[in-house]
Amino acid sequence: MLTKEFDKATQVLIDRAHSLGISTGVDRLSAQQPQCGFGQLGTCCRMCYMGPCRIDPFGNGPSTGVCGATADTIVCRNLLREEVGGASSHVGHARHVVVTFKKMLEGKAPGYKITDREKLYEVAAGLGIETDGKDEKEVARMVVEKALEDLSRQDEEPMNWLRFRAPKKEFELWKEKGLLVSNAHNEIEEAMHRTSMGNDEDPVNLLLACLKIGLVDGYAGLHMATDFHDILFGTPKVKKIEANLGVLDSDMVNIAMHGHNPVLSEKILEWSEKLTDEAKAAGANGVNLVGVCCTGNELTVRNGVPMAAHNLQSELILLTGAVDAMVVDMQCIWPSITRIADCFQTRIITTESFVKMQGAVHVAFEPEEADKKAEEVVRLAIDAYKQRKGKDVFIPEEKSIGLVGFSVEAILDVLKKINADDPLMPVIDNIKNGNIYGVVGFAGCPSIKLRNTLMTETMVKELLKNNVLVVTTGCTAHICAQAGLLNTDATEKYCGEGLKAVLKALGEAAGLDAPLPPVWHMGSCVDNSRIATLLKALAERLDVRVSQLPVAGSAPELVQEKAVSIGTWLLALGLMVHIAPHPRILGSPVATKVLTEGLEEITGGKAFVELDPYKAVEGMLNHIKAKRQALGI
Amino acid sequence: MKGIFIDISKCTACKSCEIACAVAHSKSGNLFEAIFEKPAPRKRVYVEPANSHSYPSRCMHCKDAPCVIACPNGAMKRDEQRGIVLVNEDRCMGCLMCAMVCPFGAITLDSEKGKAVKCDFCTRRLSEGKVPACVEACPTSSLRFGELEEMVKEKRRTIGASVVVAAETAKENL
Repeated sequence: MLTKEFDKATQVLIDRAHSLGISTGVDRLSAQQPQCGFGQLGTCCRMCYMGPCRIDPFGNGPSTGVCGATADTIVCRNLLREEVGGASSHVGHARHVVVTFKKMLEGKAPGYKITDREKLYEVAAGLGIETDGKDEKEVARMVVEKALEDLSRQDEEPMNWLRFRAPKKEFELWKEKGLLVSNAHNEIEEAMHRTSMGNDEDPVNLLLACLKIGLVDGYAGLHMATDFHDILFGTPKVKKIEANLGVLDSDMVNIAMHGHNPVLSEKILEWSEKLTDEAKAAGANGVNLVGVCCTGNELTVRNGVPMAAHNLQSELILLTGAVDAMVVDMQCIWPSITRIADCFQTRIITTESFVKMQGAVHVAFEPEEADKKAEEVVRLAIDAYKQRKGKDVFIPEEKSIGLVGFSVEAILDVLKKINADDPLMPVIDNIKNGNIYGVVGFAGCPSIKLRNTLMTETMVKELLKNNVLVVTTGCTAHICAQAGLLNTDATEKYCGEGLKAVLKALGEAAGLDAPLPPVWHMGSCVDNSRIATLLKALAERLDVRVSQLPVAGSAPELVQEKAVSIGTWLLALGLMVHIAPHPRILGSPVATKVLTEGLEEITGGKAFVELDPYKAVEGMLNHIKAKRQALGI
Repeated sequence: MKGIFIDISKCTACKSCEIACAVAHSKSGNLFEAIFEKPAPRKRVYVEPANSHSYPSRCMHCKDAPCVIACPNGAMKRDEQRGIVLVNEDRCMGCLMCAMVCPFGAITLDSEKGKAVKCDFCTRRLSEGKVPACVEACPTSSLRFGELEEMVKEKRRTIGASVVVAAETAKENL
């Protein structure tokens, strides 16, 4: 029997909210119970004004909408629109970074610079750009051109980033199946077009379109964003950090950076340091910038900024009364935060023209004036501190430590110390001999529906016990950090003997006085690209399809549309993708069958829905076992 | 005596009561499993258009129930202690006399079983201390469960308040 209990830091803040009469997501979820069955099954259609229509899942009512659409058509159209929501977020994020980079090259955004020249040249080479005899800026300009081409071309040639970052065998497979995508914006437009009233009726054709949007997300969203982040702000290296709500400090100006885009958060960090004296003059010990959600991941993997809170805690952190300003950019920002901030001296500062909130202060952040705006934001926080100073705050004690920053480059640096010529060989050897039974990637959000079952931590610990190495990104990385799973002592505590031995050897090679942690924090949610890069390297080194590797993915606490489109990309790559809670597809027999069984025959990928963490792990282990057997290991 | 009150003005025709009813009468009791069950679980509440409104129609568990009188085989019985009308499936022969005489259209035939099917007032849920599934699922409280006397009293008071407002407005207008 599963216990129904939040982790301590989360629980004390929920209790505090109750004692103060402030509603949290837990109360709002309870008020929404039971949630609409048609919505949960995906069988509600609002695409036209003859509707809204609903299909009776029990066959005692209408079996088609007014236009004649079946449950299969309705579910698949709805799914594709979810995918578009997710892919648009990531492509929009990537475009924002690319445009900032372009402005920097044109001398219009002096606050930014090329930080990782090596990465720039690696990306340029991958894109087939001739770099001989060209200076850094010229190379950078050509890289930008290639990126913008993926958002504008009309010649139906595959996207540059897809050609560059896709594993070779999968690229050929997608080509054969007609899944290659050319221009992210065209694909998004076509998906919206095909799902509007009176277009694509064929559920299988709609599901193929879902896979295409998955590729758009993976290459014009995640990979493109990660590559430009690294060039602009540096490729992450392994570093020690602190996590959980206890990283707030009542005597500091606390700025919680929330959202996704390092274009903003890197500048806020810079000015948090520059304005230390002003903070001291205001009576504080300095400025304490902490990270929430994925911008928190970006800050921590590059700069070691403390990881204060995951998405579910993004409103709870405000209940401490110790946050002077929460600065947000885009995605996953709950509308509740301004109402909670209102109960304290906390300022919510929005920065994006398309993400505004009633009750927030809006500081329009444009790359051209990055320094001026970042300075303004930090000053607002210092002002807020002056009003808060001396008042009671309530900061949970919980604080953990761990290692973050496992970019592919950082992992290879460690592996090169064991085998300089063939750095992947030590990993491959240990997968072959079973010391590493398999690898599972955890991504996505903390679900308020599952968080009190400790779904993520329970699954991770079960896998480690079975010698499965875990890599993680996004908010599941926050969960793992808070649970101490990113710390070196977790290896001894949770891993099976084989995995323990490997991590000890790697820790030694890395020059640590301890084993490597059993869960590798690879970055933010766009950094799922890094996991894919690792998979590509392994598959190509072994000359096999990605679907043949003893690996799997999990979004154990799915919340966002973004996780749906990332998951679909992973299905296209050939992975088993575990999901909980139920995706909104079960109202369609065709979608359910194709995504959980039929697709496996095409790409090797399959969705696996399981809400019980132990059964989920059992299913993944069986999958890994079958893959190992097929490889003869 | 407890009962269900229907406030037509609040029904938005979302049909949440219908789904919840079918799930409550499934083997698993869980939406995501119930949709795969054979035979498919049956709903016993029906949201029907009613002029410009909609109406969640269900068995009203009449005190002097025509279905009980009409049943030629004694299958339709009123449980006086709980104040509800139930079908004894062992006696039901599927003639549907009950459906023909029901003034609310609340009884239909389960064609697979050949038995009358109607609201059982969520007997199982009530014994577990829960409210009927349709009431729990209704997002606007169009369906309410409670002590009949209290709900009737509340209705009198609401009506009373509006009568007073109307009377005072009329006085002011004089």
